Amino acid sequence: METTMKTALEDFRLETRKWLEENCPASMRTPVKDSGDFFWGGRNATFQNEDQKIWFEKMLEKKWIVPYWDTKYGGGGLSDAENNILTQEMTRLGCRKPIFSFGISMLGPALHKFASEEQKMRFLPEITAGKTWWCQGYSEPNAGSDLAGLQTKAEDKGDHYLINGSKVWTSYADKSDWIFCLVRTDFDAPKHNGISFLLIDMASEGVSTRPIKLISGKSPFCETFFDNVKVPKENLIGTLNDGWTIAKYLLTHERQMIGGVGETDVRRELHEIAKENLPLRDGTLADPVLRSEIAVQGMNDSIFEMTIQRIMDEAKTGVNAGALSSFFKYYGTEQNVSRMELLTAITGSDGLVWESENEDAKVQARLFCRSKGNTIEGGTSEIQLGIISKRILNLPS
Amino acid sequence: MALILNEEQKMLKDSANEFLAMNAPVEQFRSLRDNNYQAFDEELWQEIVEMGWTALTIPEEYNGLDFGYVGLGQVMEEMGKSLTKAPLFSSIVLAGTALVNSTNQGLKSTWIPALMNGTKRLAFAQDEQSYFDPSNIATTAIETAEGYVINGHKKMVVDGAGADGFVVVAKTDEGEVGLFLVDANCKGMAITTEVLLDAGTYAQVEFKDVNVGSSQRICETGKGDELLNLINNTAAICLAAEMLGMITEAFGQTVAYLQERQQFGKRIGTYQALQHRAAKLFCEIELCKSIVIKALQGLDESAVNLDELASLAKAKLGETIKIVTNEAMQMHGGIGVTDDVNIGFYFKRARVAQRLFGDYNYHLDRCARLNGY
Repeated sequence: METTMKTALEDFRLETRKWLEENCPASMRTPVKDSGDFFWGGRNATFQNEDQKIWFEKMLEKKWIVPYWDTKYGGGGLSDAENNILTQEMTRLGCRKPIFSFGISMLGPALHKFASEEQKMRFLPEITAGKTWWCQGYSEPNAGSDLAGLQTKAEDKGDHYLINGSKVWTSYADKSDWIFCLVRTDFDAPKHNGISFLLIDMASEGVSTRPIKLISGKSPFCETFFDNVKVPKENLIGTLNDGWTIAKYLLTHERQMIGGVGETDVRRELHEIAKENLPLRDGTLADPVLRSEIAVQGMNDSIFEMTIQRIMDEAKTGVNAGALSSFFKYYGTEQNVSRMELLTAITGSDGLVWESENEDAKVQARLFCRSKGNTIEGGTSEIQLGIISKRILNLPS
Repeated sequence: MALILNEEQKMLKDSANEFLAMNAPVEQFRSLRDNNYQAFDEELWQEIVEMGWTALTIPEEYNGLDFGYVGLGQVMEEMGKSLTKAPLFSSIVLAGTALVNSTNQGLKSTWIPALMNGTKRLAFAQDEQSYFDPSNIATTAIETAEGYVINGHKKMVVDGAGADGFVVVAKTDEGEVGLFLVDANCKGMAITTEVLLDAGTYAQVEFKDVNVGSSQRICETGKGDELLNLINNTAAICLAAEMLGMITEAFGQTVAYLQERQQFGKRIGTYQALQHRAAKLFCEIELCKSIVIKALQGLDESAVNLDELASLAKAKLGETIKIVTNEAMQMHGGIGVTDDVNIGFYFKRARVAQRLFGDYNYHLDRCARLNGY
């Protein structure tokens, strides 16, 4: 029995490899430079080039936009084992994701867990078809670290909710079709118990956006304003006033993404870059201080990777790893920030170029600036340390 | 391989924990120290032999359990928690590794059963300086008609006092290191002991024209460097496992103290200044757990990158044990620097453990060299 299963999986691997080799255009097997290289889908979907279109359509036809979702929602219906094989083979060939979508990575899991079947049938197939570009509406100008203090108001008007307020850090809100939002539906309840999870069409009357420029120059972030926006009641996900449960679930997900869990991109080793850029003496880096900083970074990078594997292995045996998402988020982003700082030291003045005729030359300084946001977005490092001390170490409040 | 213990390894860990809590709690460490720095308790050592811990890494052909280093690592970790003093590290991890990987059948068949049964024990004599530097061995073993003449001075020999013999690292005429098994009662040897700040006794051994037979050479010409490297890797990884036990225990006691100690009418664990420091330690300890099990598995699988795993383990644990024991002292406040509580034992043992078989700097440097920079 087990042997038959193994053979079937091996066949699947070979078929998958062959199919990917035949169908993934060569230019879709090169690393993405930045988010501009992604296809984002949506109502007004635009492809950057012909290959991107071919690749998306091939994968859509194969139902592999979301290969592991149920076929009734337009997914590929692959088992975990098959999906792992597909991911491995795509990584091996360097295939890009056919689409980058918060609908897949963020909203989808929440809908699977909390939405009614009717809602799932309404929203999930649009995601698997790449037809809806979703963005997230969580933070507000006065609700950052204290997210549960959010004030965007949803008033019950009988057949609809009336929304007033504003959201901030809404990535790609200016390009998105829909937003999943946390709104306050009860102002008298304790702050965690008056929040609901609502889906809002960005084309609704009264919705407007304004882009935010970051220290890195540009950014996908926006502010989003709701001025007497009417939202049908059937767009409420889960139980009224219990949206915080969904929010927590999604935040756990987001922390793991930002912390780099499940990331398959192969980053170049810092010491390799250092050897290309800096003088050596007797086969070691001539700058002893930088050398030891790179060694510390390398040590913690590789052991952090092992830790992700260990905790995932433990989770498979039933150990609850939920609270550990704060550890992943904290440690992963702190590592990334220190890596970018070191990269800047290693590349010297080349790494400081802001504007240049050579587009590639100006990437690093901007990525460096962007990295400063990593330890803030998705819950600051301090918020994560607070969660660890209270939920894991049981330190008193 | 999944980075988790299997059922048998878990059972071993649990039984070690239970046994040590019953038979070798930290109070025993204190009483041994107060009893003129006694190296270990003979009775406990015999019980440890009966538990089978000395047989865990011994192959079946010598009636060992061949259970592997992941298993032995769990025992080391539990011993670290209770600061158990026993010659398991010196006689099994160090000398045992030398003999199990020896090419000398005569020595193997005599000594492996004796070590495993606890009837005899051996110590490992490598260090010559105040720092760890296995690539600069000054002790010499000059070949003669009957065997070798050994000259040199060794220090930091763990459990050297009272050992039946020594595994001695010496430079041979061929310019490589050779390992020699030297009986403790050989002529020309002078053994003195010192107590270090962890209350452990460490020997200095003087070799003055010590004659050993050619049958005492542990491994054949051309294999010495490789064997020494394996012993040092094994030592670093097993010490890292012991250090993990010390770290988790010292941290656990500190968190418990934050939960109960009151000042300004509040438990001090309510203060964010302390909460965040404790949470950061938690994160570092999560990393420690991962590299320890990964490196122990590497020993069992003879991983191709064992050098790097060993150095990552000893470097990371060396870094973390320093931070954790320092924070443990600080967070315990005044009581922490008294001899009345146990937390200071962990602080002191940490300093010796991190020095043995290469400190943080040594292993971080080795990681860099292994990666070609």
